[in-house]
Amino acid sequence: MAVTTPTRPAPAPRPARPARSSFAPLNFWRSTIGKKTVMAVTGLLMLAFLIAHMLGNLKIFYGRDDFDHYADWLRTIGEPVLHGAWYLWIQRFVLTLAVVLHAVSAYQLSRRDLKARPAKYAHKQRAKAGYAVHVMRYGGITLALFIIYHILDFTTLTLNRHGVEGAAYDNVVSSFSVWWVTAIYIVAMIFLGLHIQHGFWSAAQTLGLNRPNRDRAVHGIATGLAVLLTVGFLIVPVAVLAGLVD
Amino acid sequence: MKLTLRIWRQAGPADSGRMVAYEVPDANPDMSFLELLDVLNERLTLEGDDPVTFDHDCREGICGSCGVVINGQAHGPRERTTTCQLHMREFADGDVIDVEPWRSVAFGVVKDLMVDRSGLDRIIRAGGYISANTGSAPEAHATPVPKPIADTAFDNATCIGCGACVAACPNGSAMLFTSAKVTHLNSLPQGAPERADRVLNLVEAMDAEGFGGCTNTGECTVACPKGIPLDSIATLNREYLRASLGRK
Ligand code: HEM
Ligand code: SF4
Ligand code: FES
Repeated sequence: MAVTTPTRPAPAPRPARPARSSFAPLNFWRSTIGKKTVMAVTGLLMLAFLIAHMLGNLKIFYGRDDFDHYADWLRTIGEPVLHGAWYLWIQRFVLTLAVVLHAVSAYQLSRRDLKARPAKYAHKQRAKAGYAVHVMRYGGITLALFIIYHILDFTTLTLNRHGVEGAAYDNVVSSFSVWWVTAIYIVAMIFLGLHIQHGFWSAAQTLGLNRPNRDRAVHGIATGLAVLLTVGFLIVPVAVLAGLVD
Repeated sequence: MKLTLRIWRQAGPADSGRMVAYEVPDANPDMSFLELLDVLNERLTLEGDDPVTFDHDCREGICGSCGVVINGQAHGPRERTTTCQLHMREFADGDVIDVEPWRSVAFGVVKDLMVDRSGLDRIIRAGGYISANTGSAPEAHATPVPKPIADTAFDNATCIGCGACVAACPNGSAMLFTSAKVTHLNSLPQGAPERADRVLNLVEAMDAEGFGGCTNTGECTVACPKGIPLDSIATLNREYLRASLGRK
């Protein structure tokens, strides 16, 4: 091999830098940290909804009448201040917006991240990150598909075997009596737990709320929420499948 | 010690590059990793081969030039240690060691193990400094800094700009580097006047270089020879949010 002297390469063309807008929120949305902040806020909003949702589901153990009455109330929260199902539609709008913003940010950031580091090293790196970090993307995609399936199952009742509007209790029992429906819920809720276990801590980090002396507490709360939601959501389908609720 | 090095050889930015194996039969446990490469290069030169190009300068762990990825780890297996401060006693006789350059789209390979880290310089240029008149040093007691804040600033000021954080990050993100600069300067009273502009400009420059985003994976802090903590990234995020909300 002939001796060659390294020469500085011509500077690689820089990715076009979008001109800074005078509209600050646009700059925020365009930046990596801004998008990540959107993910953190929407993620925490969805998390708050999921905690309430999980606790509400447990009402099924009080029997058919209680549960159907509760399900009916969910559609009329806010009355009489708000008319009819207004609150329901506001909540649906906000949650849909949160899911869409979360998913769009995740997609855009992930694309950027994969492009920034195309080449792998010959060896695995130090295993600093746990399993939960590695399955954020797969888990997110699984959750997106699950959310669609879940809405078709219990909201529109398209896929529900019983599928009678107003009969929430019987609809739930009819779905979960089928083993593979329960299996889908089990897989999805395990991914949900993993997503929250990393996501909660990550959101605190993104929002700049972490401090070294809070780190253990934030990790602890993240794991606690993850277990609480996964177990709390899974009690119902497992109880139905086991014949404890019918 | 007898070692086998498998080194990334790439003639220039346009070359596609490959791993090439070299035997080093006469390695000494007290050699630094760069001295091992010196010994190999001496032989390659005498044999009329092209010596392996690698970056280095101070060889005492303070300039940040020397990083390479050794067996998949930026700066090698020893934590808080630059490549130049890594000694062959960390390895065993007969080891096969893979040596690769930093991998990131924002760091192009110049040749072999040498990469172009000037993207980090452009981040600094966007605001990694304070604007102060030069001249005689100001009276030290004129601007009191509480000890914990001085410690935080100093810890973050130890960043040597080596780029190991980018190399180790699965997203090729420069967040740890940028966060060290922001935490260092934004915690001090001297950095206060430019606090908001600094963080907005640094993040904009960082994004423009094509570095990935942070997924809070934490590989960077393990690879960092100066132990810059993830807490600095939380501070960067907090400063960015604060400045974006229009606070000076
Ligand atoms: C539409 C389905 C979903 C997708 C595609 C998705 C995807 C992702 C991805 C890829 C990340 C990591 C992003 C990064 O580190 O750059 C993430 C983070 C996160 N996700 Fe999701 N996710 C979904 C649903 C959910 C749900 C239902 C929750 C509610 C519990 C949630 C809460 C979070 C939180 C709190 C974070 C951390 C945000 C941060 O790091 O700042 N996600 N999501
Ligand atoms: S933060 Fe650490 S790894 Fe990154 S450039 Fe600075 S010293 Fe190197
Ligand atoms: S040569 Fe200066 S830090 Fe290694």
